[in-house]
Amino acid sequence: MVGSGILGGLITVLRHVLQKPYTRQYPEEAVPLKGRFRGYDFAWSEERCTGCATCAKACPHGCIDIVTDPLPNGRYNIDVFDIDIGKCMVCGLCVEVCPYDALFMGADFALASERRWDMVQHKQDIGSRERLSAYFRPAFGNEIAVRNELRGDYTTSKGVAKPAAEEKKA
Amino acid sequence: MVTANPFLVNMGPQHPSTHGVLRLRLVLDGEKVLNVEPVLGYLHSSKEKLQEEHTYLQTVPITDRMDYLAAMSNNLGVALAIEKLAGIEAPERAQYLRVIMAELQRVASHCFAQAVFLQDLGAWGGPLMYFLREREQVLDIFEMVCGARLTYNYIRPGGVSQDVPPEFLPAVHGFLATFPKKLDEYEGLLTKNEILRARTVGVGVISRELALSAGFSGPMLRGSGVDWDLRKQDPYCVYDRFAFDVPLGHVGDCYDRFMVRFYEIRESLRILHQALEQLPPGEWKTPVPIVIRPPAGEAFQLIESPRGMLGYYLVSDGGAAPWRFHVRAPSFLNLGALNEMLVGSTVADVVAIVGSIDIVMGEVDR
Repeated sequence: MVGSGILGGLITVLRHVLQKPYTRQYPEEAVPLKGRFRGYDFAWSEERCTGCATCAKACPHGCIDIVTDPLPNGRYNIDVFDIDIGKCMVCGLCVEVCPYDALFMGADFALASERRWDMVQHKQDIGSRERLSAYFRPAFGNEIAVRNELRGDYTTSKGVAKPAAEEKKA
Repeated sequence: MVTANPFLVNMGPQHPSTHGVLRLRLVLDGEKVLNVEPVLGYLHSSKEKLQEEHTYLQTVPITDRMDYLAAMSNNLGVALAIEKLAGIEAPERAQYLRVIMAELQRVASHCFAQAVFLQDLGAWGGPLMYFLREREQVLDIFEMVCGARLTYNYIRPGGVSQDVPPEFLPAVHGFLATFPKKLDEYEGLLTKNEILRARTVGVGVISRELALSAGFSGPMLRGSGVDWDLRKQDPYCVYDRFAFDVPLGHVGDCYDRFMVRFYEIRESLRILHQALEQLPPGEWKTPVPIVIRPPAGEAFQLIESPRGMLGYYLVSDGGAAPWRFHVRAPSFLNLGALNEMLVGSTVADVVAIVGSIDIVMGEVDR
């Protein structure tokens, strides 16, 4: 019968109209992010970082700028650790290759700014981020972690690691 | 009697039904198309050349940006090509995870293709939103696995970047339990719809011979009745261990291509059921150095992406970066017979035919 297809379709649509909305009113109601979410707001641990710049070499676009200065104890002081998220495509290779688990993907994404130079995140910005993504950091399970959990021991991909400051004390 | 001279209309690059930035220069006589000339290059970003400046690992995230609706397939293609070039073998679990991801990606990509095709035909609202809602569930699964919803960077030379999280398997099983019922519902809603049939049946017919000689692949080729699916003809990963059928069209019109995509979603779900059942434990990645230096030589790998045969051709001179990086993009070749398909049809049919090709301009222009 002509029109039966359209009629059947309308019944389907009416059934869907009566369902609960699937969408969320975004700015008021945020969607929970998955634990491994790769966000722009990188987090970084100055205690763990040795300034080896493996992350800077792995970055396809050269977003990471590192300047180091040798210290008398054989370590390096990290003078500059800048990430230009204006260039970043959030591929996560920098976090993946870090041999000391010092760099973390962020757990947020709303970082728009009006000026290009505001897109460069400095040492103090990335060093004080509270929320960290579990991307390539199996110690967090699949939860977005809070930085306090980083204090003390935690299992890294290379086994149990301690912050470098404690290693020095011991 | 009113007569008019043929006139030229630029359809695109900002036209909403040209899927990005495809520009069609249409010569029209009234509403009838006399000639068509596609103008490409609006999204050209020199990705092939850019790859020659990057190490093999760094090429993977850039392939995400080519076919951005099927980034997992692009990752798979380039990873297999690099493995062939460097002689790397991926572990079995990785092979299964790759198949699972590629099939989930096919479901997501075909859902999106159906959604925008129906939107082009004027079915805005219902079907568009239904299909995008189902695609959203797949994107949630991908976000759980690799942290991104569109540009995954998950499949790598040597395996996959990380093992799947513990909540992955329940999520996929949940999706497989609910999705077929919804697919039945949408099929009932759409395939018998008189308006849809009037707009698509007999429109944009591609004969079997034309499809073969124009180098079509994927649902475009199978819609014309050619049984050619690389998962069957030249199995890569572990596709030879799964039982599935290759849906074929009879006429080669827009309706056949639409239905081929519908049935391919169902076949993908069959593969997913089998792959989840057989998924072995073990390693998910062979240890591969960050900077891979394959021996001098060349490698070509074809895979069946949701849009057709996606090929990666790599030439190495023994260095850390590919000397030449070429992509055989199915979307680009599927545009090849535009003149034969469009000339003689009306402007309204142009929208339907271009929608049924399922092009992604990021892949066409690269």
